[in-house]
Amino acid sequence: MTEQTISRRRVLGGVALGAGAALGATLPLRPAFAATTIVGFIYVGPHDDFGYNQAHAQGAAAVKKMASVKVLEEENVPEDVAVTKTMESMIEQDAASLLFPTSFGYFNPYILREAPKFPKVRFEHCGGLWTPKDPKNIGSYFGYIFEAQHVNGIVAGFTSKSGKLGFVAAKPIPQVLQNINAFTLGARLINPKATTRVIFTGDWSMPVKEAEAANSLIDQGVDVVTMHVDSPKVVVQTAAKRGASVCGYHCSQAALAPEAYLTGAEWNWTDLYPKFVTMWMKGEPLPNFYRGGFKEGLIKQSPYGPRVSEAARKKADAVKAALTAGKYVIFKGPIHDNTGKIVVASGQELIQSNATDAKLEEMNFLVNGVLGALPS
Amino acid sequence: MTGVGGGLGLWIVPLAVLGGAVRVSTPFLFVSLGECITERGGRINLGLEGTLVMGAMSGYAVSYLSGSPWLGVLAAGIVGIFMGLLHGAICSLQRVNDIAVGIALMLFGVGLADYLGKPFIQPAAPQLPAINFGWWASSPDVQHALKINELFLVGVALVPLLVWAFRATRWGLILRIVGESADAARALGYPVIPVRIIATCCGGFLAGVGGSFLSLYYPGAWSERISSGQGITAVALVIFARWNPQLCFYAALLFGGAGALGPSLQAVGVHGGYYLLNAAPYILTLLIMIVTCSPKRALVGAPAELSITK
Amino acid sequence: MVDETASTLIRPPPAGHGDAAAIASNAAAVVAAPGPRPRRGFAAGGTAIEAVLVPAGALILSLLLFGVFVACAGVNPLAVYRYMVEGSVGSWFSVQNTLTRAAPLLLTGLCTALPAQAGLMIIGNEGAFVMGGLAAAMAGVALHGAPAPLALAAMTLAGTAAGAVWIAFAGGLRHWRGVNETISSLLLNYIAIAILNQLVEGPFRDPRSLNKPSSPSIGYDHMIDSIPGTEIHWGLVVGIVVCIAAYVLIRHTTIGFATRIAGGNLRAARMVGLPIGWLVMLTCALGGAAAGLAGMIELAAVQERASADLVTGYGYTGILVAFLARQNPLAIIPVAMLLGGIGASGGLLQRHLGLPDAATVVLQGIIFVMILASDAVYGRLPWFKRADAAA
Repeated sequence: MTEQTISRRRVLGGVALGAGAALGATLPLRPAFAATTIVGFIYVGPHDDFGYNQAHAQGAAAVKKMASVKVLEEENVPEDVAVTKTMESMIEQDAASLLFPTSFGYFNPYILREAPKFPKVRFEHCGGLWTPKDPKNIGSYFGYIFEAQHVNGIVAGFTSKSGKLGFVAAKPIPQVLQNINAFTLGARLINPKATTRVIFTGDWSMPVKEAEAANSLIDQGVDVVTMHVDSPKVVVQTAAKRGASVCGYHCSQAALAPEAYLTGAEWNWTDLYPKFVTMWMKGEPLPNFYRGGFKEGLIKQSPYGPRVSEAARKKADAVKAALTAGKYVIFKGPIHDNTGKIVVASGQELIQSNATDAKLEEMNFLVNGVLGALPS
Repeated sequence: MTGVGGGLGLWIVPLAVLGGAVRVSTPFLFVSLGECITERGGRINLGLEGTLVMGAMSGYAVSYLSGSPWLGVLAAGIVGIFMGLLHGAICSLQRVNDIAVGIALMLFGVGLADYLGKPFIQPAAPQLPAINFGWWASSPDVQHALKINELFLVGVALVPLLVWAFRATRWGLILRIVGESADAARALGYPVIPVRIIATCCGGFLAGVGGSFLSLYYPGAWSERISSGQGITAVALVIFARWNPQLCFYAALLFGGAGALGPSLQAVGVHGGYYLLNAAPYILTLLIMIVTCSPKRALVGAPAELSITK
Repeated sequence: MVDETASTLIRPPPAGHGDAAAIASNAAAVVAAPGPRPRRGFAAGGTAIEAVLVPAGALILSLLLFGVFVACAGVNPLAVYRYMVEGSVGSWFSVQNTLTRAAPLLLTGLCTALPAQAGLMIIGNEGAFVMGGLAAAMAGVALHGAPAPLALAAMTLAGTAAGAVWIAFAGGLRHWRGVNETISSLLLNYIAIAILNQLVEGPFRDPRSLNKPSSPSIGYDHMIDSIPGTEIHWGLVVGIVVCIAAYVLIRHTTIGFATRIAGGNLRAARMVGLPIGWLVMLTCALGGAAAGLAGMIELAAVQERASADLVTGYGYTGILVAFLARQNPLAIIPVAMLLGGIGASGGLLQRHLGLPDAATVVLQGIIFVMILASDAVYGRLPWFKRADAAA
């Protein structure tokens, strides 16, 4: 992919070059890779979106650097028969033995149906909930990125003057609600009166709606914005333009708004993917269900921006350290939702661990302090 | 009402809808004015969605490479002219259907923009400036709502200009004659096909410029999903604006406002139904068309040569 | 004269051909009237060769143009062609890949091609597809425990009915309110998608569908199987059968004949007393039913649950299919396979040559433009002039 991308940029010189590079160089496919392990990455959107897909592509780039590994990448693969065929094509035509189909929607039914057909191939899926009755050659991994959103919230709580925070969200699903809630709980540790106003745009990538949402939030007095959409670029830039501060998500967007960027919740796939690939090459068993946060190194925090005060850094670092040590539970009872109902009973803890915590994975409430509502 | 901390409470809805109307409507305005010119000449170009996306990509790319956003706008316009030329030339072949060519060019334009635009998803290009008409206001929110991009003003200025040009200039008259009756135009000695090609190129230019607004001002980034059908919606908008630039302007504002309504309602605590709210502009267009159309007569103001009102 | 291809019929009378009142008042003359030069389709002797050669030439020219395009981007066009062949027909796997992708396009293509016979240009395929899938899901979920044949029959009925109503609505608006059907059916796409999303995230959501809001499952044992010995689902066979049936309906029945008269010249059709409104509604409903059936098959053979994934883009590609097939239901079969093949080879182009995913869209766009432009060539090639005159 990389070589071609580069040669594509050398637009004119490339013509002669392309004609010269005989097609013998490109075919046949299979024997050329026979000695190496072939790993396929499948993205649902463009792999340089400053967001979800880029985070995975960064992980793929780390795998590319490994010896005797060949990486295949395909972007903009929709969640329908196309992903089935892409997986099969990578396996049958390119002899891939380890696949990372990275979009949540690929899991059910596509990966679940493909895995039994190729028992020797490993399917590593991001975000899915593997259960023991699912095929054994599937692994589902995910990071408790809401831990980093919690730290975002702490920084936001310190930085916000109005106590009004904003969250641009795509859809009201558990993974998004975890982030909204953890962010709000973090902010309210610092400023118990802080509120988070949520706007759902309805889809994962809607640039104009996201910009409108950010603007509407700031019109309402919100001065720190964060988000959970596939490509946070537009929200970050809009918030910066309006003079509000912003906490990033998925990847670091600091380069887009060096002043306004406070910190951000980032995936750390660059550590995990080479680890998985090494295990696979050595023939070690890969976990079927893998979850983790700061402690396991699946997520990281962007470096603090210039607007983050010393006190905020200190508190945020302390919480991060506690999370890294595994001694900090974010959803700890009693927690009330924003209709006043108790959702996590006193004494109950939703622990971020490597086990399935149904209440955590199925989160369907907004905590007290969130201004917004879920569809009934 | 003072400072970021104050907020605007419920006032946000009309303010955001107004501000949103101005921000979101600009691409609608440019595309619909462009399509107005094309359709007055008797052709319909459904490919303006492709032109819009090409304009967004090329404007962003040129702004990034040259450092000048206005050069980007110009480049977007020129790319639009080429797209228009392509449509105009192909439709001038015998027996070629202009609606179908438009659909084809929509596909082609979007595909080409995504293809060529890959290297420009990441970098940040210089953006178009805005003029602050809210300097008098103490509230930064009001100030923001009144921060108006120059392209919008150009679009607004184009409206009376086009009305006048259609009505009172020789060019406008020729265009309308060609759109009303090709036979009459030929009899008077005006070249029908060149006029239509030029009209399509003008439409393409404006649509390209409208696209550059998307990537260079609002939302201000190039991405593959930058346009969620604004180009094609704008073509629909021309029909219920009755080929009248002035009505195009109001219709564009209405669409922009409808687009801003969903998020701003949520911001003040009105929840639920956001998918249907997001679809509001489309539902609205359909309703207006149902109410205003009639099978008995051609639409008022419709150029008689237009295939879509045949 | 009866064998004119449909794209002639849906074209508005060409500029400069005067008022339709001048057109003869009997039906036979009417069908001949629309084009400046009557053109026969594939069934009429010498022009049959023309009807194959002209699009084939346009296709080859498109591939050459695409080759120049990728060469400008620094990629060897010969390698591109070889990967395209390899990815679409190079192996049994590739062939199945192509056919699987072609299956839904057979039906969504009809959604444009059938109304085109009556002179309407419908582009609401995606909306009809989505509504078909959604309605089928509702029926399937409601009949979760019922015997499989009953559930499948109900899903088929619900899917086709929803698609039919959706497009017939656009057709009805056109006939009785004069609302342009191209625009209205396009708007209906957005509205259908909004309805789908609103329902699967609200009242029709399975609470257990956590991070991907979806409807409940229709039940794995109620799903459509693969054709034995292949990975291709039965939707392919259904699509081919429906295309053939549509062809027979249009070319060999009185209703089809009447429809084409109405599509050729509205005024003359009125003069001979044809029930134009009903013909318009019928073809729109049939076209919508085809797209709705495609949505139902997508749900029952692939997706199992209704979710935002039902917005597949097959509907939009169906427009392309119909135009490339020149609105001929029979020609839709090879065209759908061609586009399925292009889609199937996209992955190899991306992974091995570093071409962006949009490369296949660019190719589709070029083919579409070239095929449309080739309309101008018919009857102009010297080799066919004699055959044309003789027929």
